[in-house]
Amino acid sequence: MLQLLWLIPVLPFAGFLILALFGGRMRKSAVAAVGVGSVGLAALVSLVVAAGFLLSAQNPSARVYTQYIWTWINIGAFKPGIFLYLDALSLVMVLVVTVVGFFIHLYSAQFMEESEGYGRFFAYMNLFVGSMLILVLSGNLLLLYLGWEGVGLCSYLLIGFWYKEPENGSAAIKAFVVTRVGDTALAIGLFLIFLNLGSLDIQTLMGTAALKWRIGGELPTLAAALILGGAVGKSAQLPLQTWLPDAMAGPTPVSALIHAATMVTAGVYLIARTHVLFSMAPRVELAVGIIGAATLLISSMSALVQHDIKRVLAYSTISQIGYMFLALGVGAWSAAIFHLVTHAFFKALLFLGAGAVIAGFGGEHDMFKMGGVRKQSPFVFWTFLAGACSLSALPLVTAGFYSKGMILFGAWQSRQAGFWLWAAGLTGAFLTSIYTFRMVFITFFGEARTAMAKKPDIREAVPLVVLAFLAVVGGFIGLPRFLGIRSLSITGFLSAVLPSSAQMEGQKETELLLETVASIISLAGIYVAYFFWLSAPEYSREIAQSRAGKTIRRFLFSGWGFDWLYGKLFVAPYKWVARVSRNDVIDVAYSFIAGVNRFFHYGLSMTQTGRVRFYAAAIALGAAVTITIAVLAR
Amino acid sequence: MTPLPAGHPPLHSAVAQLYSAAVYGVPVAHGLMLAWVLFIVGLIGVLVRRNLIFILMSVEIMLNAAGLAFIIAGSRWGQPDGQVMFIFILAMAAAEVSVGLALVLLFNRRFRTLDTDAANRMKG
Repeated sequence: MLQLLWLIPVLPFAGFLILALFGGRMRKSAVAAVGVGSVGLAALVSLVVAAGFLLSAQNPSARVYTQYIWTWINIGAFKPGIFLYLDALSLVMVLVVTVVGFFIHLYSAQFMEESEGYGRFFAYMNLFVGSMLILVLSGNLLLLYLGWEGVGLCSYLLIGFWYKEPENGSAAIKAFVVTRVGDTALAIGLFLIFLNLGSLDIQTLMGTAALKWRIGGELPTLAAALILGGAVGKSAQLPLQTWLPDAMAGPTPVSALIHAATMVTAGVYLIARTHVLFSMAPRVELAVGIIGAATLLISSMSALVQHDIKRVLAYSTISQIGYMFLALGVGAWSAAIFHLVTHAFFKALLFLGAGAVIAGFGGEHDMFKMGGVRKQSPFVFWTFLAGACSLSALPLVTAGFYSKGMILFGAWQSRQAGFWLWAAGLTGAFLTSIYTFRMVFITFFGEARTAMAKKPDIREAVPLVVLAFLAVVGGFIGLPRFLGIRSLSITGFLSAVLPSSAQMEGQKETELLLETVASIISLAGIYVAYFFWLSAPEYSREIAQSRAGKTIRRFLFSGWGFDWLYGKLFVAPYKWVARVSRNDVIDVAYSFIAGVNRFFHYGLSMTQTGRVRFYAAAIALGAAVTITIAVLAR
Repeated sequence: MTPLPAGHPPLHSAVAQLYSAAVYGVPVAHGLMLAWVLFIVGLIGVLVRRNLIFILMSVEIMLNAAGLAFIIAGSRWGQPDGQVMFIFILAMAAAEVSVGLALVLLFNRRFRTLDTDAANRMKG
């Protein structure tokens, strides 16, 4: 059954080809059948492959299946093969990408029905899923980079999907350019690795690195830092996080698929995949944790003051990926992947729910103009609430609780700055539940300000229900050990690929204590949100109206002024250079010569009057001058 | 000026000049000046006149000025070449006039005028 592996990325690519070539001439139902069907088939195949993977060996976690397809390039020692590499980590990623991706495609089938360019939309979405699968299935950094750039391209195309609005186009360009900064770092990292280790094959290079490089040396530090640069750009972490809130200009399913569930977590996957390099560079690893902690605090504070429901979710995504980085930074690799999975479930659900609400209000993004959705569409309310509870880590019954708890426990146990990272994570958890329930209370409670025009039909309802189910029960694959239930364990499953560091083996009492603290914090956050935005909104209004409140609010609203800073530091000088170069500086010399020629040309062409008498006068004058010169020169 | 022969009676000025011109010929400078003036008159005629006939006539004047200059030069050095050249110029002028008049006729038939600017089709 594992031989079917190649079908998984091929199916979405086939769907892309069909839609790209014939999408314009197909009926909408046919487009939806191809677009959704290809990803659905890929999801089925990946379930079959997963079953094969789990059943075929005694110890599935250590199993590796490699499918060689062909050699890409063959020059001397440089022989990057195109082969698919399936182990526990990539299996988890493939399942997330195809299953969540399938439900988002299904949802889009209704969501995008009214929109122009139905075929184009599904073509891009299929191309995205294909590239993402290449990214996670590649056993080779070069092929991974191909997928990496492919998803970046699709992200650009889909953010600017409604290209008739100029601001959508500029948001797309911003996303592309900012992630390009990270991609360049990653490319340089690849060159460095190939130059020093002689291979881009991930397993080979990690083995060679462990032999050739010493821990904390310069080369592993540099290589890990460059890979981190790529991950930071793709996963919208500090200091390259500015593109993600603007990326919300794209259609909502795009935000759910690309900017919440899959592409933005590619950075987390990349770091987990090359974790040996990071273990050999402790300083970079610490930097990963600090970046994650700083990002999660900064962006969850920004999420507190946004009006636009999608921007709240965007900042929330940045901060949740910050959690994953925090986990990677303390060596809790499997906790990061666990949170990646649960986050994919509940954040995709939240985006899809938000999309249903936005569509219901005729494209309105401002939460303060909604209100009362609970009564008007209880179905959307309950599914959204499931996602919100999972995001704010409501204890015991939600997936987010278990994954976040595992991360916080890992942070607590880590030697490097463990306490501070844990404290940052806990503060972030508090802020997370405040902004999540602020969003819920403003959007769904209170009286309706406008009536909802459109309710989701079956194609939107099924994904919402399934994702809500997963957002609740998805956490049971990683129960904390103090509960004493030895069931499915994601940590155990990933242990061969991502060896759980010794710190994870802490005492059960500590774990129980930490989980209790986290639960209290999350409930306290929900109460704060309830108090300020539901029971006594006049307080929050008063704070917002005060002078200090206004200043802080503006600062947070703008995402800590990063856009302003980058505008001054990079965009303005670049535009200046572009303006100067418009009249090409080097060209001045050449255009001077051309100008002189043109001057004489005009001068001479002016003598061509066609008047014979003028010619005669000119000849006479010329003869006189010539004779004078001849006489005088003698 | 050549001195008078011995025993020649003294002369009154105007009569003396006529006499000396008859006996010793016109001074070279005077002849050249006349040729120069004729040439300039012809040139100005070519430049300012718009009528083709007058232009042709002015060209004739210029040719004659050149011919005069040859004659003077020939007499100055006592050579026959100057007069030979003048004969050539005459022949050439006759040919030129015949061709020129033919062109004038055609021009007139075509443009119904003798104004040279009427034939100017250039925009420059």
